[in-house]
Amino acid sequence: MSGNVLRFTTAGNVDDGKSTLIGRLLVETQGAFEDQIEGAKRENERRGGKGIDFSLLTDGLRAEREQGITIDVAYRYFATPKRKFIIADAPGHEQYTRNLVTSASTSDVALILIDARHGMLTQSRRHAFIAHLLGIRHFIVAINKMDLVDYRREHYEEIRKDFTTFIDRLGGAAIYCVPISALKGDLVTESSTRMPWYTGPTLLELLESIEVDDQQHKLHFRFPVQLVSRPPASPGFPDFRGYMGRVVSGSIRVGDHVVVLPSRARTTVTGIVTHDGLLQEAFARQSVTLTLADDLDVGRGDMISCEPNPPQVRTEFKATLCWISEQKLHLNQRYTLRHTTKTVRAIIGEINHRLNVNTLECESPISELQTNDIGQVRIKTLQPVVCDPYSVNRQTGGFVLIDENNDTVAAGMIEEK
Amino acid sequence: MTHNWTHLRELESESIHILRETVAQFRNPVLLYSVGKDSSVLVHVARKAFHPGPLPFPLLHVDTGYKFKEMLEFRERFTTEIGARLIVHRNDDAIAAGAHPLKLGVARCCGQLKTAALLHALDKNQFDAAIGGARREEERSRAKERVFSLRDTFGQWDPRRQRAELWSLYSGAIHEGETMRVFPLSNWTERDIWQYIVQEKIPVVPLYYAQERLVVRRNGTLIAADDSIHLKDGEVPERMWVRYRTLGCAPCTGAIESRATTLEEIAAETGAAKISERSTRIIDHGTNTMEDKKREGYF
Repeated sequence: MSGNVLRFTTAGNVDDGKSTLIGRLLVETQGAFEDQIEGAKRENERRGGKGIDFSLLTDGLRAEREQGITIDVAYRYFATPKRKFIIADAPGHEQYTRNLVTSASTSDVALILIDARHGMLTQSRRHAFIAHLLGIRHFIVAINKMDLVDYRREHYEEIRKDFTTFIDRLGGAAIYCVPISALKGDLVTESSTRMPWYTGPTLLELLESIEVDDQQHKLHFRFPVQLVSRPPASPGFPDFRGYMGRVVSGSIRVGDHVVVLPSRARTTVTGIVTHDGLLQEAFARQSVTLTLADDLDVGRGDMISCEPNPPQVRTEFKATLCWISEQKLHLNQRYTLRHTTKTVRAIIGEINHRLNVNTLECESPISELQTNDIGQVRIKTLQPVVCDPYSVNRQTGGFVLIDENNDTVAAGMIEEK
Repeated sequence: MTHNWTHLRELESESIHILRETVAQFRNPVLLYSVGKDSSVLVHVARKAFHPGPLPFPLLHVDTGYKFKEMLEFRERFTTEIGARLIVHRNDDAIAAGAHPLKLGVARCCGQLKTAALLHALDKNQFDAAIGGARREEERSRAKERVFSLRDTFGQWDPRRQRAELWSLYSGAIHEGETMRVFPLSNWTERDIWQYIVQEKIPVVPLYYAQERLVVRRNGTLIAADDSIHLKDGEVPERMWVRYRTLGCAPCTGAIESRATTLEEIAAETGAAKISERSTRIIDHGTNTMEDKKREGYF
């Protein structure tokens, strides 16, 4: 468990009621305050609306409120006695790949909204596909606007079947479906008498109880070094040398044998240092400082890992890229590749194919990738990258490409071979 | 493990990671220390991040001259105690010219004493990254903020030109003259902040605790009636049990009625609050919004 924090991304089509749903979740769990709700009401009335338009609560930028569209991912917070929730709320239209990929990259669960009247549209499929591509394996499908289909079960069942079939095609994931009316409040945080045929949990109960079973704990130990700690002598630390970082996967105990990559130097962990005292063991997600038995040349960008089962050391690999820049991908141009704590120069040698997100077909030959395109490429790096396939480890398999303007132009996921 | 891995540990660990990335990627970072509760948490987490070493950056306080005297006393005591390097920067020209919110209006006063002073201090000391305690939950334009947030050569924020930020990869690449604002507490809420202060026993300015104080009611806000504000005609100070939910300049920060005199009571009161914390800040009222101020270079 990631410390009883559930990070989820939300996606939906325009007009499917996502703002209404998030607004209701925030208001009913006290994640939004009365003055903010009042502000949203006043703003709506100023432009001739009535009551509360929840999107005015969630759309943070003036340009968004003026144009009535959501431009950028917004982060929202609420908590119940059971859990803290972080919502990465992605708009469904403009720059949709960029926003969905960004919000999915930090999430364990995707909440997909589907309008009960329309069923699964292309856009719903696209959202589910991107979330799945980014490694999300828990989907909550909120089938919304049940009030507009007289709360009839057939609509729910049909969408559930379609969604399950689609996810199975992608390789499968856990799916939880709940019929709701975000507008009327049925089955969002409170139960409903209007759908006696549904006996499952409300949406909030689902969010509170879903077991994401944090994958990172079960994987092999990976510790990208952020900084070397070499402080002036202090009481208890006369001649300290340690390696600061966050355990991104697995766990480590004092006395464990480790290998430092890419140098392949072998040594033993002698201490796990934190401000709260020395630890015997550290786990995925913990930020600690490690001390090692030998004086080795270890610095930022190196990876301390368990042995056996170390990560791969590669200068050439296949990767799936989500191209988010408005500038096209240029073959044989140099990019900066940022991966774990390492930054290397990289060149994209070839584009193998582009994925048609609507048909899920691979298109080739392809000579360029443009905004919102997803494609498989071959990348060469000038220095080695210490990595795992993204399908195995999201933290050591994901990278970004940065161009000479310092813009982040692509999100990448390293493939098996 | 992970039976004791609470949401506060998760937030703390993420913040430590961000602080270390900042030190690794920038030549000359600084921590913007506003003396408030979020700054107290930020400094506490920073000390944890670099243990057993000292803080690898100085603290910068932009002093408008209108800060509560309890804040200044606390600042001196706290920074001395932890052995931090403190830089205090004031826009002395504007202060000498008598800048005051009642005279200039709140927006212009803030612009001179806070935004201009901050940008000048960053420039004068050649800081390339400024670490702040702002949280996404505080205000709706902050909900769209990156953890590493780029500022152009004028210190300005362009919400339409933000970089994508994926996984836990933070890109600190900047061109000459640009700077970065870094927000390690992005994912914390006000409730998390108080729960953490209780858990870690972090010292905070006494103004956060309720006591009887002399205040005046001005446009529905309770303003401290001490020597730092000019009373308007007809305003009569009264004694009330109040405390502060956020701390800024004395003339522009409202108190709330409260009897919470312990950290636990404050945390409980925060958990039950119906009104957002920024509602007590006059700078957030009116037409000059947080988004405008952020665009100009405000935190």
